[in-house]
Amino acid sequence: MNQPLIVTAAQKAGPKTSLAVGGIVLLMLLALPLLSLLPADSSLQVSAYTLTLVGKILCYAIVALALDLVWGYAGLLSLGHGLFFALGGYAMGMYLMREAAGDGLPAFMTFLSWSELPWYWAGTQHFLWALCLVVLAPGLLALVFGFFAFRSRIKGVYFSIMTQALTFAGMLLFFRNETGFGGNNGFTNFRSILGFSITAQGTRAVLFLLTVLLLVASLYLGWRLARSKFGRVLTALRDAENRLMFCGYDPRGFKLFVWVLSAVLCGLAGALYVPQVGIINPSEMSPTNSIEAAVWVALGGRGTLIGPLLGAGLVNGMKSWFTVAFPEYWLFFLGALFIVVTLYLPKGIFGLMKKGGEQ
Amino acid sequence: MLTALYRLIFSIALLLPIAANASEADYFITSPPTQQATLLQGWAAQPEASRLPLLEALQQGRLPDDERKLRLNNRLRGLVDNALASHRLLSSKTDVRLAAARQLQKTAQPAQVAFLDRRFATEPDETVHAALALALANLQLVDSDPAVRLAAVRLLGETGDPLARTRLETLLDPGVETDAGVRTAAETSLAQVKRKLMLGELLGQAFSGMSLGSILLLAALGLAITFGLLGVINMAHGEMLMLGAYATYVVQIMFQRLAPDALALYPLVALPVAFFVTASVGMLLERTVIRHLYGRPLETLLATWGISLILIQAVRLCFGAQNVEVANPAWLSGGIQVLPNLVLPYNRIVIIGFALFVVVLTWLLLNKTRLGLNVRAVTQNRNMAACCGVPTGRVDMLAFGLGSGIAGLGGVALSQIGNVGPDLGQSYIIDSFLVVVLGGVGQLAGSVSAAFGLGIANKILEPQIGAVLGKILILALIILFIQKRPQGLFALKGRVID
Repeated sequence: MNQPLIVTAAQKAGPKTSLAVGGIVLLMLLALPLLSLLPADSSLQVSAYTLTLVGKILCYAIVALALDLVWGYAGLLSLGHGLFFALGGYAMGMYLMREAAGDGLPAFMTFLSWSELPWYWAGTQHFLWALCLVVLAPGLLALVFGFFAFRSRIKGVYFSIMTQALTFAGMLLFFRNETGFGGNNGFTNFRSILGFSITAQGTRAVLFLLTVLLLVASLYLGWRLARSKFGRVLTALRDAENRLMFCGYDPRGFKLFVWVLSAVLCGLAGALYVPQVGIINPSEMSPTNSIEAAVWVALGGRGTLIGPLLGAGLVNGMKSWFTVAFPEYWLFFLGALFIVVTLYLPKGIFGLMKKGGEQ
Repeated sequence: MLTALYRLIFSIALLLPIAANASEADYFITSPPTQQATLLQGWAAQPEASRLPLLEALQQGRLPDDERKLRLNNRLRGLVDNALASHRLLSSKTDVRLAAARQLQKTAQPAQVAFLDRRFATEPDETVHAALALALANLQLVDSDPAVRLAAVRLLGETGDPLARTRLETLLDPGVETDAGVRTAAETSLAQVKRKLMLGELLGQAFSGMSLGSILLLAALGLAITFGLLGVINMAHGEMLMLGAYATYVVQIMFQRLAPDALALYPLVALPVAFFVTASVGMLLERTVIRHLYGRPLETLLATWGISLILIQAVRLCFGAQNVEVANPAWLSGGIQVLPNLVLPYNRIVIIGFALFVVVLTWLLLNKTRLGLNVRAVTQNRNMAACCGVPTGRVDMLAFGLGSGIAGLGGVALSQIGNVGPDLGQSYIIDSFLVVVLGGVGQLAGSVSAAFGLGIANKILEPQIGAVLGKILILALIILFIQKRPQGLFALKGRVID
């Protein structure tokens, strides 16, 4: 990590090959939901399970990308991105619960024999306000936390630990029934979104396409950021913050911007995750989930844009296979992955591929 | 009315032929249950020392000098307990009388007033005297004479017992207490009692805060050493606690199998075993994984997290996912009653003392030995220390072993007060990180004050706003605190900048 990495996907593997590979993958992703609409007896039909699984992994890939923006570029390892992801998910879940409950109260509230909605549920029956919340809730939390954290120049492991404690506190808060978010069951049993049934294949396909769209958009955004002067300042910040300050830059604004942007991306990913998977509960905020996101990024390659996507896809793909085939050994494998990646693959798979390409 | 009835029963009981004690037992056993109850009530009001063996035997469900079992119903058993307490008031031992008086506070009947009054007048011991006062006052509160009730209310005000508070609170209701004078007296007495109870509650909260703090200290001390020395956060540190607790479990099992007579000593043997096991695991990790990651603290964090996952799963496969049972030896169970509403359990007292002992030992090790000198040198300036011939690699390994070993000792302590399961470490790790963040590194005083501060703050906030909100508030306070002192409470002064 000595020389600054002003790398983008295109520069790394040569523009033509990477564009070709990326195009093929994108085409496949776009084709997937269309294939799922084929009749069930067709040999090319993609099952709803596969579509949901891939959609879920794509949401995680967005989280990995968002984490890479703060970790790979700005050098701030967040162990609390699961919190922002879950907050976006909960904001969307509130809308879905209201839609499922109709004019009445969501089922878990009647269970607690509450007579009216808490104030923060106001307006969540409107889809647009829910969308605003998806952005505002993680964004504002990140803004406040980031403001205080960067003001006192908390960095390195201190920052990681504070973010971990933050998501842990969030998890404890959402586990309480009195908080008004369904306690440890969270939100589930969604029926419809904007009037369309949530289990219908058409709705699933549209949600999937939206996820692909968000992924591409955030990839483009990350690419523009990395190439811009802003991206270079971030990289400088990561490699030598004090020298950057001696050059006359104030790092706080840069950090805060990329930190909030990353949180909002996570929130959006969470909002797309919930209607596809059909459940959100506080365990999404557990520190374990957030730290797992770090290994996706580390495995794929920090400071690259494609790497985290690759890492998220690989780890989650393996996870869904491993937990079925050898459930007892998944944690051994994941633990070994953490160790091997940090010891032997400091630049991730992407760095390995690049090295192979050069030889 | 009720009293009159009791007096009637009482006098009937006196008339019964109960002069000879040997025949008392025979008479009791041949009577039908209703008459047995009358008998017991009579004995309770009119205790005689010679009747004690009979009642003691009855409480154990048999007759004196007889191995046969005797079946008593719940009501009779309650009456036996009450009568026995009444008789034990005649004992010459203070603690027996105290226990008896406490029992009578809950179970005494109006018929016993006269007897209690006599004992109250002659009781020499102060604590027993106070306990008797409460028992007596409890009875007099239902007296028909307002003057007696007033005296009882005033008496209650002088005790500091939670029972007195509940009794007085009921008296505030005009439906229960008709006399206005007694009600006002009850109010003042209640205020007095509440003040006394508050003291007990505050002390209790401070004590459980100290107890939590001492555990956090044991968990965070090793973390602070390794973090100060190597600049890395060891995410697998919580698992060292867990391994220490499991080592205690294994030692306990060995004792049960091989030396059941010496079982009470197993925690003492578990201490060195746990230290040795966790220190070896720590040194092994340092040599194989962490050594390669120096200068990359964030990567170390991830790698040690991986190690912790592997350790948790390994323990799950070896010992099962369920909690294992680690029992307190007899000398660690029970507690000291300091105030009526404050009991200090022995195991927690021992752990607080143990934590302080470990701190002193660590301080001595760091400040009075060659190894400690080297550790401090490397903490302050690694390159300069290396230039002066300090073997930094070896110091790293030993210090990591020491940090892990202290966590192992913490695990032994934890096994005595909580559940021992594979996830044990996870629940302490975040709190102990906060201790390190708050206390700063390189100074033991920082860790000690941060651990106790966090522990006590946690326990004082808990009853006010709930455990979860308390935790969140503390986190917010820490974030605000770091604004002022980014290096923690006790920072090492230095001029190094990258």
